[in-house]
Amino acid sequence: MLVIENLRTNYGAIEALKGISLDVQEGEIVTLIGANGAGKSTTLMSISGAVPAQSGRIIFDGEDITKLPAHEIVRRKIAQAPEGRRIFPRMTVEENLMLGAMTADPQNYDRNRDEVFELFPRLKERRSQRGGTLSGGEQQMLAIGRALMSEPRLLILDEPSLGLAPMIVRQIFEIIAKVNKERGLTVFMVEQNANQALKIAHRAHVLVTGEITLSGKGAELRANEEVRAAYLEGH
Amino acid sequence: MSWRLSHDGLREVLMVMMVAMLLLLPMVGLRTVDSSSGLGIDLHIAAVFWAVLLIGLGKKSLVAARENIPVIAYPAACVMLLSGFLAPLPTGFLEFFALAGGFICLTNAILMTLRGGRPISKNSFGEGMDVVATKIQAATPQVAWVMFAIVVALPFVFPDRYVLDVSILILTYIMLGWGLNIIVGLAGLLDLGYVAFYAVGAYSYALLAINFDLSFWVCLPLAGILAAFGGLLLGFPVLRLRGDYFAIVTLGFGEIIRVVLINWYQVTGGPDGINSVPRPSFFGLAEFTRRPSGDLPAFHEMFGLDYSSIHRIIFLYYLILVLALVVNFLSVRLRKMPIGRAWEAMREDEIACKSLGLNRTNLKLMAFMISATFGGFAGAFFATKQGFISPESFTFIESAIILAIVVLGGMGSQLGIVIATLLVIGLPEIFRDLELYRMLTFGIGMVLVMVWRPRGLLAVREPSIRLHGLHGKGAKS
Ligand SMILES: Nc1ncnc2c1ncn2[C@@H]1O[C@H](COP(=O)(O)OP(=O)(O)OP(=O)(O)O)[C@@H](O)[C@H]1O
Ligand SMILES: [Mg+2]
Repeated sequence: MLVIENLRTNYGAIEALKGISLDVQEGEIVTLIGANGAGKSTTLMSISGAVPAQSGRIIFDGEDITKLPAHEIVRRKIAQAPEGRRIFPRMTVEENLMLGAMTADPQNYDRNRDEVFELFPRLKERRSQRGGTLSGGEQQMLAIGRALMSEPRLLILDEPSLGLAPMIVRQIFEIIAKVNKERGLTVFMVEQNANQALKIAHRAHVLVTGEITLSGKGAELRANEEVRAAYLEGH
Repeated sequence: MSWRLSHDGLREVLMVMMVAMLLLLPMVGLRTVDSSSGLGIDLHIAAVFWAVLLIGLGKKSLVAARENIPVIAYPAACVMLLSGFLAPLPTGFLEFFALAGGFICLTNAILMTLRGGRPISKNSFGEGMDVVATKIQAATPQVAWVMFAIVVALPFVFPDRYVLDVSILILTYIMLGWGLNIIVGLAGLLDLGYVAFYAVGAYSYALLAINFDLSFWVCLPLAGILAAFGGLLLGFPVLRLRGDYFAIVTLGFGEIIRVVLINWYQVTGGPDGINSVPRPSFFGLAEFTRRPSGDLPAFHEMFGLDYSSIHRIIFLYYLILVLALVVNFLSVRLRKMPIGRAWEAMREDEIACKSLGLNRTNLKLMAFMISATFGGFAGAFFATKQGFISPESFTFIESAIILAIVVLGGMGSQLGIVIATLLVIGLPEIFRDLELYRMLTFGIGMVLVMVWRPRGLLAVREPSIRLHGLHGKGAKS
């Protein structure tokens, strides 16, 4: 479904991605793990058109989307919940959801919103509360819910576990796995919390300073000595 | 309860008087005058004496209020206030100072009594104002209807030329404020050149009406369209800019339009402006003159009234009222529509907007064009009301005033803009007698508002959707 070929991205003189290739098949959960500054967010931002790629290609459903502007990419049904959630703090939960639905058919709004509320009952309780007053976990739920409002076929998540208590992390990952299983939604997810991420991921890649050093099944990587030493001990 | 100021308090009062004396002696006490033998110096000891005395009284009242000694706070404030009327003060400014200072001290003393002597910290004051602002916001529909009733009835209650002229002026600025609010308040882009659209509207109307003999009602939409085109023209180059850079370019745009108007002599008449801009007719049915020159009948004959020049003023009044209400209605609708919410989102977080697939180019251009259209309507109205326009009317200070109205009102609040316009345009008009000091009070007022309500008078964001019955429940559960 999504194919990345030899993607390079630079910030001025800094080479953030040194030619990475990976693919995501329909119906999969694929995760990209790596330390701080490895280039995980850069990969996602290159896909969503927020930073321009230097060279290489990004292909979605057979179409080259490397050079498309950000708003066109969302229209191709690729939704992203960006790093740090980026909820609109002064707007209510429901207004945030409405903004997620800007590219979707307005007729489906009620149905999509109810589906999000079904996934995250907490959001339904708090639908007229302002985004900024939600707890961190609730904000993450809202960020995911908001991304789902655009009826994506591919959901891209940047560190959904960022700054959350282990219990909430587990809850959120369960929901991600559930959406994947029940609706067949494809998920490409960046994580530092490798342990949890590898549990639900079908396949995974390890990114080290702009290069993919290891790829494999989620469970395989979880058993891998190197990965254990670098990312799993202490979690 | 004490009857005397504390030692520290007394010292504070004396210190303030000392400092005032030291500053005022050279600044006020000595005045250079032209005399036959060259430059001479006049002594104005009386002015210094009174100024220091008044400052001392005011300070005493403030200190006493702080120390919860009403028996000193009230008399001191009252003496200060009364001396504005009674004392033989040497200058008009001192009278004004005594009145204003006395009023402030008295208000302060009353507030202190109401609060049971607890000092007013800036924080608790801010919170108090927030509560008031929220209450006003919540009562907006009621307030709006009351205002609407007053405004509609006004020409019948006060069929007075001056009252109506001032009201028309205020309504024009309210309309401009609401128009600019779309760019500044909703889309969050600091536009320092809004007057350009106003100018385009005014000149479009004047030129179309004079050269092509079109009526006001035909020209009005055309003026709007041309202004919108101006918005598009400005929109394209500034799309990629943000913050300060954006503001500077809009400032430049405003000036460019003015300079073009001055120099394109053949078309705009240059600095002389355009004379005899056609007045509006009564919907193309009648004219507001004693003896109409054209084929149309006279308004007063049509309705069997005696001729009065006030008819036209009243008509203009209702015209601008309707225009302003249309702008308000559209703004409120826009805010509730997806595009309005998207503008707000863009104001809050551009990165999030990108990730949600909002097309910021289109959003910004739309904001510019809609806002410019409203400015163009106001400009057309201005031209027909004045009957004369020149580049003088479209200087930067106009943009600044309109922006001040939007910012003071509390970015994005429709009612806030009305209140701010009353303060910014209405108050100086009422205090016209004070001449020079009215700009001074205006400045002081602006500073005070920005100290107490840094986000504007009514800066409380209202959700653009409400859930009946469910509202607020989520917050509690
Ligand atoms: N806007 C930018 N300008 C310059 N360099 C940048 C920019 N954004 C990221 N970088 C650099 O690119 C590299 C990769 O950054 P990236 O944000 O992709 O890391 P990450 O893997 O997401 O890290 P984290 O887990 O901390 O979020 C880092 O060295 C970072 O300093
Ligand atoms: Mg990152």
